[in-house]
Amino acid sequence: MSDIKLEKIDANRWLLPQTGGMKVPGIIYANEKIYQLLKGDESARQVANVAHLPGIVNYSLAMPDVHWGYGFPIGGVAAFDLDGGIISPGGVGYDINCGCRLMITKLSLGDIKSRLSDLTTALYQHIPSGVGSTGSVKLSGKDQKKVLEEGAKWAVKAGFGLQEDLETTEDGGTIAGADPDQVSARALERGKQQLGTLGSGNHFLEIEVVQEIFDEAAALAFGLRNGQIAVMIHTGSRGLGYQICDDYLALMVKHAHETGIVLPDRQLACAYIDSARGKNYLAAMACGANYAWANRQLVMHRTREIFEKNLRMAPRELGMRLIYDVCHNIAKIEEFSIQGKMKKLCVHRKGATRAFPAGHDAVPARYKSVGQPVLIPGDMGSGSYVLVGQEKAMEETFGSACHGAGRVMSRTQATKVSQGRSISRELADQGVLVMASSKGTLREEMPEAYKNLQDVVQVMHESGIAKKVARLKSLSCIKG
Amino acid sequence: MAPFFIRETLVEYHILSYNLRMPNYKFFDHTADIGIEISGRTKKDLFANAAYAMFDILIDNNESKIKSTEKTQKGQKTITVKGSDVEDLLINFLRELLYLFNGTGWVVSHCEIIECGNKRLKARLIGEPYNKKKHSIKSEIKAVTYSGLSVVKQKSGWRARVIFDV
Repeated sequence: MSDIKLEKIDANRWLLPQTGGMKVPGIIYANEKIYQLLKGDESARQVANVAHLPGIVNYSLAMPDVHWGYGFPIGGVAAFDLDGGIISPGGVGYDINCGCRLMITKLSLGDIKSRLSDLTTALYQHIPSGVGSTGSVKLSGKDQKKVLEEGAKWAVKAGFGLQEDLETTEDGGTIAGADPDQVSARALERGKQQLGTLGSGNHFLEIEVVQEIFDEAAALAFGLRNGQIAVMIHTGSRGLGYQICDDYLALMVKHAHETGIVLPDRQLACAYIDSARGKNYLAAMACGANYAWANRQLVMHRTREIFEKNLRMAPRELGMRLIYDVCHNIAKIEEFSIQGKMKKLCVHRKGATRAFPAGHDAVPARYKSVGQPVLIPGDMGSGSYVLVGQEKAMEETFGSACHGAGRVMSRTQATKVSQGRSISRELADQGVLVMASSKGTLREEMPEAYKNLQDVVQVMHESGIAKKVARLKSLSCIKG
Repeated sequence: MAPFFIRETLVEYHILSYNLRMPNYKFFDHTADIGIEISGRTKKDLFANAAYAMFDILIDNNESKIKSTEKTQKGQKTITVKGSDVEDLLINFLRELLYLFNGTGWVVSHCEIIECGNKRLKARLIGEPYNKKKHSIKSEIKAVTYSGLSVVKQKSGWRARVIFDV
């Protein structure tokens, strides 16, 4: 952590005092164990760097899954005033609207136990994964424009899903203000063939079973019960999103001197929200976000079809329902109370999940009385958590919570540590069937490379940002 | 940190199969991504080595896996890249090569830097379309980042540090 000293606020929060060019202090959500891990990397320095950016409001924040990223830390949350504040492509990340969706079924473990291997194989065969994977949907230029403008709405209109899916997708699966004219020809080209694909790295599709319920009322509202089979999908905007981020980052670096903003790290290159360049990025980012929602919608639709075919079940029998879809790499214009006044801010969530409380306008009607489901996928094989957003998140974290376990080991370290071991065998011994197109990915993504998910989630729970609702255990996992 | 065993083997393999210059680079630890430190006797060497390093991370280039009748026709491209300074130039150069692979499916196997200033370079590339029988993909690189970027001239030559988002 080099020269940065953190001061303990309470059992789950650490203050990063305002020094030098920092415009606000930082706060890192961590317990003692996670705090010790912070010493090993540069994430606290990155929290401090973000605090240098113009228009930042209250604090530069990091969630307990914080780890060393590029520019912003992963697990970073920062909100900027629309007046005088900035938007940063690096603060959203290359994988624009990388996110998760969780679907529940009417099945119990006993219903699929004997079919699990077949079912997983079918999913692996029919849902394209891996580097540069291409999907079965080839988009014409006109269709692609619609995807970028309408997101998951386009997918449902095109027959890939149900109207009700949109009701439980963040923002209804469409972010407003998308303008395909702001997306480069390169980005469009890369997006044409990748819709309906998982991609590689930490992206996955898992069959899971609900193993523990912590909050009966919220679980009931979400439709979760013990022993129920669920599917978690984790993917984003694929090459289209990476290219949009890269294009705008290059542009903002090129014109950095025009803004007069002093950057502690070039990766933080940004533009004022109300500038032409800032507006254009937001319009392009919205296209990336919409593409990602359409992508997850297509992957979910395909999953439904595969389950129905493989288990010989009618849709009604299977009852695969979308609990929720969240994005965890995004910038959103949202309203918060700042010193007693409601104010619109541009909230960057770079590896952080929205966690809105009961009663908030953006929470789907069916969950309004309990709050928004917060989906926290674990590392490969360690299952997932479902949390529910709390009022405290609106007060402290701009309505945000953690997004996963967070790495502790670099990919090279993980590869080294796993020499001579079979990660898929080790996971099989724990009852998790893994199918991956690359052994290298399995090693890089091995469970030990991540923080303990339970610790991360517990920090959010104890600090009152998001409360635990349920824990799901992995049964099988397909990866790129 | 010394490059660990697997990478060393691959580096050696590259020399045998492609008659490339030794790609002088090593990994440094970065929690989420891949960081590499590249060296070169001259600035031109540094840039060429950076190109080899990136393709070494991306793919395992195995000529022997395809029949001689299937051999693809290698092609040549000349690219010109600009940057606001030498660091920006390195990032823009790697960006361009990464797009050739990620965006157009073209695998670079040889790189010669023809001209290299601090704000502009010209490179001649030899490569071929991606062939899954021959090229096995090792890692996806989403992007070349500016994070922790440095390009410095030392007594012994040039050194650079680059972090890839993977």
